[in-house]
Amino acid sequence: MPEFEWQFTLVLLTNGIMIGLMYSLIALGFVLIYKATDAINFAQGEFVMFAGFIAAGAAEIAGAPFWLTALIAIGGMIGLGFGLERVVLRPMIGRPVIAVVMATIGLAAVLRGTATMAFGAGTKVIVLPVPDEPLDLGFVTLPPIQLLGAGVSLVFLAGFTWFFLRSRVGIAMRAVADSQQVSMAMGINVQRYFALAWAMAGVVSALGGVIWGAMLAVDNQLALVGLKVFPVVILGGLDSIAGAVIGGLIVGIVENLAAGYFDPYVGGGTKDFVPYLLMILVLMIRPEGIFGRRRIERV
Amino acid sequence: MFHRESGVFKTSYAADMALYPLPIAKWAVAAFAGLFIVIAPLALGEYYISILNLVLIACVGALGLNILVGYTGQISIGHGAFMSVGAYTAANLVVHLHAPFWITIPAGGIMAALIGAVVGIPSLRIKGIYLAIATLAAQLIIEWTINHVPAISGGVQASIQVPRPTLFGTPLKTQGQLYLFLMAFVVLAIVGTANLIRSRIGRAFIAIRDQDIAAEIIGINIFRYKLWAFAISSFYAGVTGVLYTYYLGIANYEQFQLTVSIDYLAMVIIGGLGSILGSIFGAIFVTLLPILTRWFLEDYGWLLFSGQDLQNAIPNLRLILFGCLIIFFLVVEPDGLNRLWRNIRNYFRVWPFSY
Repeated sequence: MPEFEWQFTLVLLTNGIMIGLMYSLIALGFVLIYKATDAINFAQGEFVMFAGFIAAGAAEIAGAPFWLTALIAIGGMIGLGFGLERVVLRPMIGRPVIAVVMATIGLAAVLRGTATMAFGAGTKVIVLPVPDEPLDLGFVTLPPIQLLGAGVSLVFLAGFTWFFLRSRVGIAMRAVADSQQVSMAMGINVQRYFALAWAMAGVVSALGGVIWGAMLAVDNQLALVGLKVFPVVILGGLDSIAGAVIGGLIVGIVENLAAGYFDPYVGGGTKDFVPYLLMILVLMIRPEGIFGRRRIERV
Repeated sequence: MFHRESGVFKTSYAADMALYPLPIAKWAVAAFAGLFIVIAPLALGEYYISILNLVLIACVGALGLNILVGYTGQISIGHGAFMSVGAYTAANLVVHLHAPFWITIPAGGIMAALIGAVVGIPSLRIKGIYLAIATLAAQLIIEWTINHVPAISGGVQASIQVPRPTLFGTPLKTQGQLYLFLMAFVVLAIVGTANLIRSRIGRAFIAIRDQDIAAEIIGINIFRYKLWAFAISSFYAGVTGVLYTYYLGIANYEQFQLTVSIDYLAMVIIGGLGSILGSIFGAIFVTLLPILTRWFLEDYGWLLFSGQDLQNAIPNLRLILFGCLIIFFLVVEPDGLNRLWRNIRNYFRVWPFSY
């Protein structure tokens, strides 16, 4: 048994926090949709992948500078969000959960097929305007790209929190989520806010796609990031932005620690496994998560 | 199946519950059985029968999943993993104990049923989306466990070789022999499901699906019946896994990944939730879809793509088509192929006088 190494643990912790914040960004897209429309988006990972493909494709074909590719990705994802809401999700309003789940699973298949068809199966890279050399902070070294990702995540998480608490549109969205009928009676255009929620999820996914794509490279495998969304949102609560942050941090830290300490003994793969174990525990004890609203069911 | 009755003449509950509402239904089923059991294996070549075998295996799994999703109203995105439980149980029994199929198939089913019941435990507290995610977690955890525990998965690449089953001392070598073997299980699965649904348990399932709180109030033990639903459904899945392992000759966890769970969910949705005929339609449809796409594109794909592009495009086009069909059925015909079939029947029921 080796002596307990503070240095090693510290590195794992900081890495976990950085990665966790980037998970939060992707989970945010999921939470936005669930909060506003009550729909569960199983295609969140594919959204991120698709955004990554758009950004990488734009850079490759047009040789666009970085800020332009990011803008193209955001614009493309907004369009996609609006379009999908209109064609696929709107007819699903009021249908059983399994129908919505399956519709987004179908969507995931379509997006995966389309992305590889349109952009080719090869791995693409997104180059961010940050240096490659890790930053030395004295006790740990961090790749700048992770810092950037964590920073962008924090800014957007704070932004959306403000948006939902203070802005007129955000308050309307919360009203729609609370009760569609009452919102309609109060003169809120419910359908428009549904579409807006999907478009906003598109924006978040675009950022996620650019950042994760720059970190992992863009190919089909990028969609697997979406599988991490579920532990994050279940831990934090499906309809809470603060929950997405906390859930992301917990998942990031736990999986990094687990991978650091257990991987040598079981031969790898702990990273993908431990978050789900944690999630099952939460589901058994407190299904609504840390910040989620408990739903009361009436017959 | 094909009969046309002119009205409802049932005077007793027994008549209403009968499996064959009219004598002609019996004849229709007998004719179908003759067609598929006697004529099909004689008339078709080895390759086509091997495709039919895949359909048969899928039928068992789809029926099982429909018990859970269609009749009890619970969701499982973990059925692929339950199949792998059955597959590896059988494979280990065959390799270590040389067990015959009449032991491995029930054993695989029971093992999967136990695991399925454990996965079903959260269904008491959580439902809908939460249950979907919990079963998704089960899928990933079981996959990981099988892949990382050498005692289960043995060998290289977590795969175990399994010889074909032997019946009356002769191994089932040809696809035709395997076809009849599998057909027996499909018939068992159909009869089993049909009778299960007519029983006390089946009615409890349907009550839970329609409104679980109301079901609890009229005295149905929800927890017990939800676990039963998970266990029975997983039993079917386990048997499917064993049959598939015999078909492939190898137990490999890669054959039972998340995409398989999704394929089976697509079967019950495209086929029709809560319907036996629908499960079979769905199994046929989803199994044949990739094969037909490939055939079609290999013949006509040159119109759109050239050379190597075509080979790259096939899996993607298949994926797109698959996703679009799921969405299409959910949006346009939520009751699936079974509903389309019923519409056709109802149209012809009163056919030349449609008023």
